[in-house]
Amino acid sequence: MIHKRCDVAVIGGGPAGLAAAMAAKREGAGSVMILERDSSLGGILQQCIHPGFGLTYFDEELTGPEYAARFYEEAAKEGVSFLLDTMVLHTEGTRLTCSNKRLGMMEVEATSVVLAMGCRERTRAQIQIPGSRPAGIYTAGTAQRLINRQNVMVGHRVVILGSGDIGMIMARRLTLEGVEVVAVVEIMGYLSGLTRNRVQCLDDFSIPLLLSHTVTRIVGKGRVEGVYIAKVDEQKAPIAESERFIECDTLLLSVGLIPENELTRSQGIEMDPVTGGPRLNQYQQTSLEGVFACGNVVHVNDLVDNVSSESINAGIHAARYSLKKTEAPQGTVLCTPGRQVRYISPQQITLDQGREDVTLYFRATAPLKKVRITARIEGTVLLTKRAVRVNPGEMESLTISTKEFSDGQELTIDIEEVR
Amino acid sequence: MKADILVIGAGAVGCAITRELTKYQLSVITVDKNSDVGGLASKSNSAIIHTGYDASPGTLESQLVVAANPLYEELARDLDVPFTKVGAILPAINDEQFALLPALKEKAFKNRVYDIDYLSREQILDMEPNITNEVRGGLYIPRESIIDPFLLVVGYAENAVKNGATFLLDTEVIGIDVRDGRVAGAATTRGFIEARWIINAAGLYCDRIASFVGKADYFVNPRKGQFFILDKTTKTKVDHIILPIPTKLTKGKLVSPTTHGNLLVGPTAEDGDDKTDASTNRAGLDSVMEDAKRLVPAIEFRDTITQFSGLRPNRNPEGLHIDVYDDLANYVNLSGVRSTGLTASAAIGRYVVNLMQEHGLEAQVNWQFDPIRTGIPAFHAMTPAEQEEIIKADSLYANVVCRCETITEGEIVRAIHSPIPAHSVDAVKRRVRAGMGRCQGGFCGPKVIEILARELGVAQDEIVKEGHDSPMLVGTVK
Repeated sequence: MIHKRCDVAVIGGGPAGLAAAMAAKREGAGSVMILERDSSLGGILQQCIHPGFGLTYFDEELTGPEYAARFYEEAAKEGVSFLLDTMVLHTEGTRLTCSNKRLGMMEVEATSVVLAMGCRERTRAQIQIPGSRPAGIYTAGTAQRLINRQNVMVGHRVVILGSGDIGMIMARRLTLEGVEVVAVVEIMGYLSGLTRNRVQCLDDFSIPLLLSHTVTRIVGKGRVEGVYIAKVDEQKAPIAESERFIECDTLLLSVGLIPENELTRSQGIEMDPVTGGPRLNQYQQTSLEGVFACGNVVHVNDLVDNVSSESINAGIHAARYSLKKTEAPQGTVLCTPGRQVRYISPQQITLDQGREDVTLYFRATAPLKKVRITARIEGTVLLTKRAVRVNPGEMESLTISTKEFSDGQELTIDIEEVR
Repeated sequence: MKADILVIGAGAVGCAITRELTKYQLSVITVDKNSDVGGLASKSNSAIIHTGYDASPGTLESQLVVAANPLYEELARDLDVPFTKVGAILPAINDEQFALLPALKEKAFKNRVYDIDYLSREQILDMEPNITNEVRGGLYIPRESIIDPFLLVVGYAENAVKNGATFLLDTEVIGIDVRDGRVAGAATTRGFIEARWIINAAGLYCDRIASFVGKADYFVNPRKGQFFILDKTTKTKVDHIILPIPTKLTKGKLVSPTTHGNLLVGPTAEDGDDKTDASTNRAGLDSVMEDAKRLVPAIEFRDTITQFSGLRPNRNPEGLHIDVYDDLANYVNLSGVRSTGLTASAAIGRYVVNLMQEHGLEAQVNWQFDPIRTGIPAFHAMTPAEQEEIIKADSLYANVVCRCETITEGEIVRAIHSPIPAHSVDAVKRRVRAGMGRCQGGFCGPKVIEILARELGVAQDEIVKEGHDSPMLVGTVK
């Protein structure tokens, strides 16, 4: 078995891994290595050929592959090494066992590790749609790969369940390919993706969005022949009388993403049941010494720009750890979601000598208009901010000073509507 | 085409009979209208090798199941099929069920299943801490076992091929030629197959085949069973098969580990009349969840990775029958082989061949018969040293295609070129489990399509899920 050593090993060469590796190298880490299972870098961005990336980070509009290219060119320039076609099979802290087409089995010993494996899509089983199991049922991202990377078409007449961003983007993509998108069906009473995607991908192409509706049954023997859809009541239970049949040969599912944390869990790293990702501090550090995490493996982001920012943070701190430039912790402040907040990332703030400002990312539990967002420490208001609206599909953030914090305190964030 | 024996149906039973026949110097053709072996009931069942403890004593079904169970340890090893003797627990969760235990034990004894024991409430909770606190006591049946049902069928079939049998899939029997009280052969969608003997092992469709020879004095309706499969990582698991105690009100649903570390829950038992309708429904799925929670309250259905339903052939009138007829000398008819058929298959082969010999089949022993089938080496189950070795021999083993189950390109390519080739996405999935995990083929599905297309030398849009009417794709992009 081949043995390799490096200072920072990054698992995953998608947007998170690329940004983390680049930043680690810039921070002065000796050797930084990306381990990527695909034959090329960029992760899921490779199939996101639509524009809309980089508006925040680069202040210009790029396609997914362009956005990824910016990062891997930078990373390559900085001297990051890439091991493609490499699957990390097993991790024990900072020791990784991998398989590689050319090199065979390989063990990588790192000083610090950045977990950047991304996420996967929820499937039909998780939302329990009854019916038959024909061909023609795809998650939106799988269809996106087939169409944009393998250049094959998934169907002629499509219903999309879920108003997640990938689903809406695929509605437009399919329409541009001459495929009929009959409807986008969303069980919630509101959009689950970004508003701009509804405007640009559905409204502009006159694709109907059916809120408070769901697919109740899939019909078809060999191939999908149609689906039954129904309105749902306030408990999200389908209303039987409203059920109707839509003929289609394809059902795409855009019903949420799940951070892919098999490697994380197998090492007993502390997890956040709400995000499905590891619990972190503001340095993107997990509960396991020397192991950091960033991007959609931590929590599902709405914008890749946010992924890049938090991954750069992870890269910097993974580098500092490898250089033994970390400060001794003086204590911990827990971040607890308050009213109408689903989760906060990071889940805790480590207090140390530097006491740098910390940016907290969080999501609302429901769409709200005219709100006040309040951060409190032990009940005392730290900061308030007003917003015209908040959406569960869009990440909010607050930057706070930690200078006055002391060990054992609890920080909360609340969102309240202002009348 | 011409063979000594024509077997109709390549499910567990048909494949087991085919393998048994290759122990003799006989030419055997086995046909199935589906595109893969194990197409119907054999692929959607509770994956249990029963002891026969609760069969109706004295019946042929009891005789076969009881005889088959002890054969599996050796058979699974010979055919390289995942099999584990996990044992079953029957927990009584109320007074009514508790009162039924002695009768169940007595019935087991009548079926000659003697290794059945009472368990106290404490013993059960000690063995299975996730069982409901309501449990009063129960029974333990150590030889109830779990198996990979897909690979059992593939194992029989591939071993039969190794020993000379021929499988014709996508081949439907549309008539049987009967002349002077004998069958002469069968008309199929691939032409006429002349045969000295015909065996009807068509399962759900055995009544249709029987009607071709005028022996349909029964009919078969599908009895639907809906199941859940839960992720390997689900927290609330069981180590034994947890069998419900049937009461007048409900038959209940079982909760069982699988040979691959998942949790299997189900089934329902819904009589229908459409043999092609293997759909699940809300009411059925809900009843599975409800019943399972009675046994294992903390079970987490949000960790579900798939739901499916299987159709058991329900014979009317009931009962497992293996018939030969005075007025039809060279024809064997199997009917009413229901969910216990997976277990019984190991004994049915022998039984059928004996029956044929008693009725005039003359066959020389095939001394070359090799009982061993070697499966496709599973990368995820190897030690790092073994992994290194296999990658050296076949670099495709380094490419993990299915990340959830850690299935490599090497395994997929071998499945595509195996003795019973896997030519569809689902056939690949059943052979090597690519797409069987928590993302249900979200990531590996497109890659499996690419690999299938490459290995079969066809375009990606010619790849099917299962059978020619299930295209995965409809063409290329503009």
